[in-house]
Amino acid sequence: MGNTSSMLTQYDIEEVQEHCKHAFSQQEIVSLYQRFCQLDRSGGGFISADEFLSVPEFAVNPLSQRLLRMLDGLNFKEFVAFLSAFSPHVSLQQKIEFIFKLYDSDSNGKVAFHDMLDVLRDLTGQFISEQQREQVLTEVLEEAGYTKDSMLVLSDFVKIIFQTSCWNFEEPFLSIAFLLRKGVFALG
Amino acid sequence: MSLSLSFSFSLAPIRRREKKQQPTAMDTAGKLNSSSSELDLDRPNIEDYLPSGSSINEPHGKLRLRDLLDISPTLTEAAGAIVDDSFTRCFKSNPPEPWNWNIYLFPLWCFGVLVRYLILFPARVLVLTLGWIIFLSSFIPVHLLLKGHDTLRKKLERVLVELICSFFVASWTGVVKYHGPRPSIRPKQVYVANHTSMIDFIILEQMTAFAVIMQKHPGWVGLLQSTILESMGCIWFNRTEVKDREIVAKKLRDHVQGADNNPLLIFPEGTCVNNHYTVMFKKGAFELGCTVCPIAIKYNKIFVDAFWNSRKQSFTMHLLQLMTSWAVVCDVWYLEPQLLRPGETPIEFAERVRDIISVRAGLKKVPWDGYLKYSRPSPKHRERKQQSFAESVLQRLEEK
Repeated sequence: MGNTSSMLTQYDIEEVQEHCKHAFSQQEIVSLYQRFCQLDRSGGGFISADEFLSVPEFAVNPLSQRLLRMLDGLNFKEFVAFLSAFSPHVSLQQKIEFIFKLYDSDSNGKVAFHDMLDVLRDLTGQFISEQQREQVLTEVLEEAGYTKDSMLVLSDFVKIIFQTSCWNFEEPFLSIAFLLRKGVFALG
Repeated sequence: MSLSLSFSFSLAPIRRREKKQQPTAMDTAGKLNSSSSELDLDRPNIEDYLPSGSSINEPHGKLRLRDLLDISPTLTEAAGAIVDDSFTRCFKSNPPEPWNWNIYLFPLWCFGVLVRYLILFPARVLVLTLGWIIFLSSFIPVHLLLKGHDTLRKKLERVLVELICSFFVASWTGVVKYHGPRPSIRPKQVYVANHTSMIDFIILEQMTAFAVIMQKHPGWVGLLQSTILESMGCIWFNRTEVKDREIVAKKLRDHVQGADNNPLLIFPEGTCVNNHYTVMFKKGAFELGCTVCPIAIKYNKIFVDAFWNSRKQSFTMHLLQLMTSWAVVCDVWYLEPQLLRPGETPIEFAERVRDIISVRAGLKKVPWDGYLKYSRPSPKHRERKQQSFAESVLQRLEEK
């Protein structure tokens, strides 16, 4: 399967665990490594954008290009750290931070109107006109107490996403726990 | 996850019809309705199958900032795909658990290796060489000398091809159990089977001389294809040629009309899959207007994993691997012929037959086109997701 050495030593596993702040168990890290080797077909120790896009389920996702900017050229340690936002053992604050980082494309700690517009464009494509998108965004921003020129920071995001009364704490948020739990790396 | 997939399969035909009746909110200058290539029409709504983040599509009341900023369902889907996806699973050959790990079993395993490589393998090579000698010494004269007597020549060629395939199967110690009525030579019928390796063809050819439609291969396989298989009436296609599809479709139609052409065998998956899953069937075989006879093939993995991963192994290596294993054990089921039902589209027909084959052979169905191995999915699928999100946003904006 993988041309790279598919053997992880105990030391490697612990190092990766440290790096992702214990978001995954050792068994999960081994499974993720198998998956990493499977995707890394060229055996270069990192997964290229092309190799990610060869997974059809990922390629049809509207946010795939945005995620690829964060994923391209990651080695295994960084790959696990990236996925740690989706672990059930990570705090909600950290998950929102991941979403924030995705919006904040220039990494200046602030999300502006055009950042939010960019993501909305990725999600809606050609099915809403640009003008209507701006209008919708402005409307909901104003309704939430912000303006078109507001720069949102992480704490704003946390407040916005958690504040609604229909927030359900039982439902998993940003979690791939069900996949890891099933141990889907075996066939079937 | 597989449970939810099978559930949505039963819903799929119903949901698809419902989708057609809903007018699209944004009918912008007909841009939505054009599909970029003919390849798109092959696949029904994949959205019906994919476990999608449902909260995007379930509008609850007025649109708020939170609904636009919370992209977690889409992100979870993406992360889920990165960690495990049903497409890659189809082409993964899981090596069996090593059983030779202790002091008693290891020498036994070593002994087994010696027997396989030093006794069985040479014996098999001998059998195969013998078979080829007999075959070539009969086939070449028959082919060249009986040019005038076509029916007799065809009959002899059929028998000879079945013979050489039996030799091939013997060279892997193939134990094939055939179930069901043997195929007969009749016009207006086509056989379809699931595809695991090129040896599928040899195993089926051993019983009946089929005319198959295959990709032209390079090397010695290509040579065999252009000489021997040509005489069986085989049809070639080229995956990369777009115009090729129409030419091939015509050839197929002509072939099934002919009363003494060999029965046509098609592998509608279009690529080799690992014998645990089936990928989407191409509709080409199902719109010829004739009876479709499904054949299910299942290999027993205990003896050898017959999956040919054409990206990792050449066919020669694959054959050598088979010849140095203990045996190739498989079951072949000839299933009940199916006809297109009134009101059924070819795609639905293909799915129905795929269902029949998958159930018989114990394979799981996967909603992906095998050709995604070589190309990216069409933007149509992403656009559909975008469209449904856009519609829900606009709809919720209206609500006060």
